Amino acid sequence: MLMAIGGRRHPRVIPGFGVTIGFTLAYLGLIVLVPLGALVAKAAELGPGGIWAVATDARVFAALRLSFGASLAAAAINAVFGLLLAWVLVRYRFPGRRLVDALIDLPFALPTAVAGITLATLYAGNGWVGGLFAGDGWLGALFGPDGLKIAYTPLGVVVALVFVGLPFVVRTVQPVLADFDAESEEAAASLGASRFATFRRVVLPAILPALTTGFAMALARAVGEYGSVIFIAGNIPMVSEIAPLLIVTRLEEYNYAGASAVATVMLAVAFVLLFAINLLQRLDRAQAS
Amino acid sequence: MAQRSNAATTEGAATRFGLSAAAFVYLAAVLLLPLAAVFHEATRKGLGAFFEAIGDADTMAAVRLTVTVALIAVPLNLVFGLAAAWAVTKHEFPGKSLLITLIDLPFSVSPVISGLVYVLLFGAQGLLGPWLAAHGVKILFAVPGIVLATIFVTLPFIARELIPLMRAQGTAEEEAALSLGASGWQTFRHVTLPNVRWGLLYGVLLCNARAMGEFGAVSVVSGHIRGLTNTMPLHVEILYNEYNFAAAFAVASLLALLALVTLAVKSLLEWHHGDELAGARH
Repeated sequence: MLMAIGGRRHPRVIPGFGVTIGFTLAYLGLIVLVPLGALVAKAAELGPGGIWAVATDARVFAALRLSFGASLAAAAINAVFGLLLAWVLVRYRFPGRRLVDALIDLPFALPTAVAGITLATLYAGNGWVGGLFAGDGWLGALFGPDGLKIAYTPLGVVVALVFVGLPFVVRTVQPVLADFDAESEEAAASLGASRFATFRRVVLPAILPALTTGFAMALARAVGEYGSVIFIAGNIPMVSEIAPLLIVTRLEEYNYAGASAVATVMLAVAFVLLFAINLLQRLDRAQAS
Repeated sequence: MAQRSNAATTEGAATRFGLSAAAFVYLAAVLLLPLAAVFHEATRKGLGAFFEAIGDADTMAAVRLTVTVALIAVPLNLVFGLAAAWAVTKHEFPGKSLLITLIDLPFSVSPVISGLVYVLLFGAQGLLGPWLAAHGVKILFAVPGIVLATIFVTLPFIARELIPLMRAQGTAEEEAALSLGASGWQTFRHVTLPNVRWGLLYGVLLCNARAMGEFGAVSVVSGHIRGLTNTMPLHVEILYNEYNFAAAFAVASLLALLALVTLAVKSLLEWHHGDELAGARH
């Protein structure tokens, strides 16, 4: 608000606004907005009733439930371990800390198809990890004679989404934890609070907005994730078929309307998440200042 | 960052050891194990099989296409990033925060949907499909479609790196240059660009990694024609689905190597020019 008033008082002195805003809007419009408009137009042909009918179709519903369920589970795991990793990286000093810190972003840098085939191989019954959980593996025995199947089950979907979502919570919590003022911790400790009580009552409330933002970002990424999941999921309709794969299946059947309807439902949820993330970041910033 | 050694604000030695151990075991299991597995599987049948898979004509075609697509998509998104950041950070206009949100939009769209929108636009049943077919223009299941889908998914990278950076730097230096008689272009070229060069490189690096590694969006628009519209990630999928695991992992290991190089350069930039990226990192 203040900036806007300031801008009006001083006439624009920096040139190039017309060219750059024109190019920005044209590029964004042609690459992103018009194509997304084509999707909305296609979905609109079905009408709200038609989209609702597609979304509640048994196979679509199962795929959406798996996508959101597995994404929630993976984001929750990432929230816990992301907080742990951020804590260890910010608070403790150990040799190789910078290397570990750099490695956190591996899931962002590694192409999803590479992650997909690797995780499928690792977690298959004869893989390094899958073998441990097979009926004759030493961890599998805990789960009965058949062991625990991970690849080609919904559990495999969660494994892939945990990998893909790992950096989000670490990267949102890390800077907040680094900037956190030690004085309030000292005050709590001097007043007799235990270390855990200090963490729960003093530190956790301060990093909660960042933690929640990271959780929401991991969730949003997981819901739309495709490449790392399809190899390990097994893709059995009604059991381990994710929503993005169903879009691809509908496209291969030349059922453009069906694909658009599933995509519209996913987009609607993605926008709600995006809105929530923006709101959280604004709260976070308001709290910081 | 101050060293924290105060007994009141750190955990006991046992807790510290336990938390660190848990973090390292988790990282080893979730990140290091897959990384090791890629290179293990790639060289499992010996280096001969590895180089045979990489030297294969279809693999080489996939490498060439991947590099070509990145060479088109990254510079275009670079120009876009600079233009958007210049408009957004050096000027005031209504709807600015909406524009910033829209620039980030491709990050919140599933890669599959990023491909789908172009199928709906350019496909045989699509809005422009019949017109394109009548004029003999091929976009879908051809290289232009792959380029468009790649531009879509990598569009925000450079802009979102530059916008916070240029906002933090303000307009004082540009105003000074202009008042001394520099033209707008000279100001951009000699004042703004040197100020953001490391952030720019950082954005280009991340943009390129994603452009070369993109799978979902490209998979939808490619048509998977071997030797013609197969990028490296798509070639990995085809080889894997043909149970040619050694070859699939050989190509995958090249992409993993690209990821490691990206991480290394990114970390170097953060270590040496962290202050010039700081505005962008938080």
